[in-house]
Amino acid sequence: MKLLVAVKRVIDYNIKVRVKGDETGVETANVKMSMNPFDEIAVEEAVRLHEAGTATEIVAVSMGVQQCQETIRTALAMGCDRGIHVKTDDELQPLAVAKLLAKIVEQESPDVVVLGKQAIDDDSNQTGQMLAGLLGWSQGTFASEIALADGKANVTREIDGGLQTVAINLPAVITTDLRLNEPRYASLPNIMKAKKKEIAEITPEELGVDIAPRLTTLKVTEPSQREGGIKVETVAELVNKLKNEVGVI
Amino acid sequence: MAVLVVADHDNSAIVPIVLNTVTAAAAIDADVHVLVAGSNAGAAAVTAGKIVGVSKVLHVDGAAYEHQLAEALAPVVVAHAGSYSHILFPSNTTGKNVAPRVAALLDVAQISDIVEVVSADTFVRPIYAGNAMATVQSSDSVKVITVRGTAFAAAEAEGGSGAVDTANAADDPGLSSFVGQELTKSERPELTAARVIVSGGRGMQSGENFEIIEKVADKLGAAVGASRAAVDAGYKPNDYQVGQTGKVVAPELYIAVGISGAIQHLAGMKDSKVIVAINKDEEAPIFSVADYGIVGDLFKLIPDLDDELETQDIKPR
Repeated sequence: MKLLVAVKRVIDYNIKVRVKGDETGVETANVKMSMNPFDEIAVEEAVRLHEAGTATEIVAVSMGVQQCQETIRTALAMGCDRGIHVKTDDELQPLAVAKLLAKIVEQESPDVVVLGKQAIDDDSNQTGQMLAGLLGWSQGTFASEIALADGKANVTREIDGGLQTVAINLPAVITTDLRLNEPRYASLPNIMKAKKKEIAEITPEELGVDIAPRLTTLKVTEPSQREGGIKVETVAELVNKLKNEVGVI
Repeated sequence: MAVLVVADHDNSAIVPIVLNTVTAAAAIDADVHVLVAGSNAGAAAVTAGKIVGVSKVLHVDGAAYEHQLAEALAPVVVAHAGSYSHILFPSNTTGKNVAPRVAALLDVAQISDIVEVVSADTFVRPIYAGNAMATVQSSDSVKVITVRGTAFAAAEAEGGSGAVDTANAADDPGLSSFVGQELTKSERPELTAARVIVSGGRGMQSGENFEIIEKVADKLGAAVGASRAAVDAGYKPNDYQVGQTGKVVAPELYIAVGISGAIQHLAGMKDSKVIVAINKDEEAPIFSVADYGIVGDLFKLIPDLDDELETQDIKPR
């Protein structure tokens, strides 16, 4: 079984983002970038399937600027076999990413595409579902457990009220939720080995995909700030304030 | 053109967040239709017609729609899309699952989690866990949108007179099937609908220790939530999670217990009306958003709070 994993380069999870003064976006200059945490979970799951003998090859794909190759290297160091970099300096919105991935899927014919459920930069939570729609494939989103057998996947999904299990036909798109696994750190020898692994470069033009954005960002602003309040000393004081001052209990 | 709201439901009742989605739809256009696709979901369709502001309900019945799986539901929405300028879904796990698939099939962008309707083509949505707000304009002919429930008031559930029309189903692609579900059983209100929420974080130290905040929650008629750290540590299941990657809530009262207040958690609760923080670390970021904070040991403070609520005879509203 062949797996394709999509990984996105985003501002690191621990960075407090700052809105630019001219309201065109957020500050990305000299800011630490990392692999989207949900994509790390996707890579980890693919690598575990490889180690279990279920998967025979894992291809990691990333899209965007040159530095996305660092993100692909991280995936290779975690255990992916080779990488594909769709190189562009233009803005990529989820629909364009899904179309580019669909083209790569045509070329690579994977059995399962695994992606994070959402990227922590634009918080869209769209690409996997869009890809499944474009390909006419089934989708197992927000997965907390994946069992592959007999041309099907049983995917346990994190839904609002608890867990739901669906049986989906392969090929399929699966998006990962938090509890699916705990991603490994790449070991130094594996980081060294990853440097020798192949990363193919291709452009959206070569793939024949129109990536023109459908949404125009008019402005990006700070959210309304919440003022910190007061400290109280005792729970009696707290209950009094909640009851009499703000009347919420 | 009219706006279509795709309802989430369990075939008998409409999920409450649909009411908020209807309000967002009405801010775009006065003519709001609701699609109820289900299996023997006549009751849900009738309920949808009673929502104030809904002029028409499209009721599609078929066994394939019983669990609203995206593969079967998306083609139905697409089949009816031609009559609408906007298609809105609630931004819950059902809407988030289906909406992007619909958008891709229509070859349009999807706009996630809107919190404000600026005009028919311009919307505000949070990015970076709510640390920035993006105002985006769509150039697509049909706008496919998910709506953050907490950002819009709930439409009145009773009093409307929307006609229920039977609408055509679409071919079931037969790609997926429902196997089962384990829903968290709780007598407490659902997180996104609760008036009061008491949440625990890593400071709770174990799942068993949540019992002390559950006692307080029951005195207040509150839902119980958890931070991602508490979910990661296995104290509570994921459906308790409040935050960027969990649920977004805005109750009248949010009590954060043993939660440090990482930005990802704040993203899910900072629009609450009143926030209380209980934490032993007085430098914890949660205090910067809390209206009332108490610094101290939660294992002493929470039982004290429980006693105080008892003494002052505080009852759930």
